[in-house]
Amino acid sequence: MDDYGTESDSDYTSYWRDWFISSRGNEYFCEIDEEYLTDRFNLTGLNTEVQYYQYALDLVTDVFDLDCDDEMRETIEKSARHLYGLVHARYIVSTRGLSKMLEKYKKADFGKCPRVMCNSHPLLPMGLSDVPSLKPVKLYCARCEDTYNPKSSRHASIDGAYFGTSFHNILFQVYPALVPAKSAERYVPRVYGFKVHAAAALVRWQNGVRDGMRRRLRKMDVESGFNGEEDMEDDDDEEEEEEEEEDDVGVVEGGDAAARRLLQQQQQQLQLAEYRGIAAAVGPAGLGADSQMGSVA
Amino acid sequence: MSTSSGTPESWISSFCSLLGHEYFAEVSEEFIEDDFNLTGLQTQVAMYKEALEMILDVEPEDDDDEEDEEEEDEEDASGDLQDGAAGRAHGERRHHSRVASDLSVIESSAEMLYGLIHQRFICSRAGIQQMSEKYELGHFGVCPRYNCNQTRTLPVGLSDIPGEDTVKLFCPSCLDVYVPPNSRFQTVDGAFFGRTFGALFLLTFPEYDLSRSGAETAAQLTRTTTDDLVMIDGMYARNIAPGLGRDKIYEPKIYGFRVSELARSGPRMQWLRDKPDDMTILDEARWFAYEHGEHGPDSDDDDDDESMNVNNNSTTTTTNNNNNNNGSRHAARRRLAGHAAQRQRRQQNRSPMNVDANGAESEL
Repeated sequence: MDDYGTESDSDYTSYWRDWFISSRGNEYFCEIDEEYLTDRFNLTGLNTEVQYYQYALDLVTDVFDLDCDDEMRETIEKSARHLYGLVHARYIVSTRGLSKMLEKYKKADFGKCPRVMCNSHPLLPMGLSDVPSLKPVKLYCARCEDTYNPKSSRHASIDGAYFGTSFHNILFQVYPALVPAKSAERYVPRVYGFKVHAAAALVRWQNGVRDGMRRRLRKMDVESGFNGEEDMEDDDDEEEEEEEEEDDVGVVEGGDAAARRLLQQQQQQLQLAEYRGIAAAVGPAGLGADSQMGSVA
Repeated sequence: MSTSSGTPESWISSFCSLLGHEYFAEVSEEFIEDDFNLTGLQTQVAMYKEALEMILDVEPEDDDDEEDEEEEDEEDASGDLQDGAAGRAHGERRHHSRVASDLSVIESSAEMLYGLIHQRFICSRAGIQQMSEKYELGHFGVCPRYNCNQTRTLPVGLSDIPGEDTVKLFCPSCLDVYVPPNSRFQTVDGAFFGRTFGALFLLTFPEYDLSRSGAETAAQLTRTTTDDLVMIDGMYARNIAPGLGRDKIYEPKIYGFRVSELARSGPRMQWLRDKPDDMTILDEARWFAYEHGEHGPDSDDDDDDESMNVNNNSTTTTTNNNNNNNGSRHAARRRLAGHAAQRQRRQQNRSPMNVDANGAESEL
């Protein structure tokens, strides 16, 4: 460990780490600074977590010079990868680490959101647990705030603890300007242009939940982050109308009938909105299911 | 799997076995040969007749059965005659006259035509059956969303008009659409599947167990055993978005602490993955009846028929309704037999409310 200079070419500083992050399947990792790795404070507690901790650390910091058989070497190599991952989870929530991951995020190195309405928003890697070897890595989309499985199987086997449960949330705490604008745009299942009742009822209910949240936020004077913040009620109506118009383009029918239907639907929509208000008010008395109706209102 | 000619060399089966065409069902020849099924496509596809002949592997003019030779012949003999008009004059040698560029135009027309027929076919009884077999085999992939637990998806289009968007995958568990993971599907037109298929599939096979497997399903079963067979809005409650709801929403946390809704970066999209704990709340028509009737939930037993009937009658009621009180009353009686309150309400002729009920029901 002391013979730092015995290697013939000591000018490279991160041989192992370079190899590690550039090898196939490790595209999600960023390179940890030498300084960070050599600060013992950053490694607190990891010696109990990693087998052959000292050798593994030597390997990661390129000072490994133990003569051993291949089997041993393989074991240490595995430990080194594990150690690197665990340090990585800590490193990426540090200032340097966050900015490195941010660069990768901007380049969409972690892939893009598969949800159609997210318009290929870049993803972030995340763990579902901070304890190693429990859950593989998942991808988080900041636009729809949901988690997705990685597309490729070589990523699906990476341990989620190497990224941790907090990183992606901390990133947006540190860089609030990067929080993407939210959109209420969504897919509505249809049969020959008509909404399916069960799904449409669920959509209406969900819209109620959303409006409730936006009202709460507005009361607290917090930005909701949706486009068209001011006119949220009108906003929704417009959306619905747009949808309907789109419908009528898609469905082949006489222009006259289409126009009539459009008008009718708009009317119904308006009245439905009204009705929902009434339902919220009358509901608890009618059925004694206060809690659910409360959540609608 | 298909009822088509069966020879592995038919145009349809070779088209369906192309890379990236894994989502396509093999449209049966009977379906294509029925002119009714092709209504209106003539104007949408260039070189319609030739394209149709190519799909059905029929030789133009003379109806011999040598299916594979057509292309080769055309290749060889393309120089013999200059243009199509000349060829047409020469009856039997007509198909030899097509030049190579012509052939590629026909080929792409045929693909377009096949796609448009396919859009209609998969909504027919035979087609949707075939697609359900493909679905069972997992040909369409699974939902990428973590909380959907690998639910199998269905191919859908976002438009019925070709050339607008590529094929997407509809997840019945979260009722959302996703981009297929493999880029080879980004050349497949979404209109070849159409907007209707996904939703129609769920309505056609209401008994499908959408949530596929795993411990999560088992856990869910204990929670929903009671309403396992409850019908809501014409679907089994357990099949309405099983991947959504309270414990299927991602909860952002930092070091174990939930991020507040009031934070700038706090959760804003949870509604999208939310669902009522008690799904009966979505039965809007019944709610309406409760609220406007004086008797309570005494008619639970006719729940199922009721929500089914709404399907059939909604159009009738919509047309009858506006001024025609008698007509609407009749429709209402058929629909909600035993709901005296409903009838009473209509007698009072509270017109906005009248239309209102229809608004909720005719959403279908």
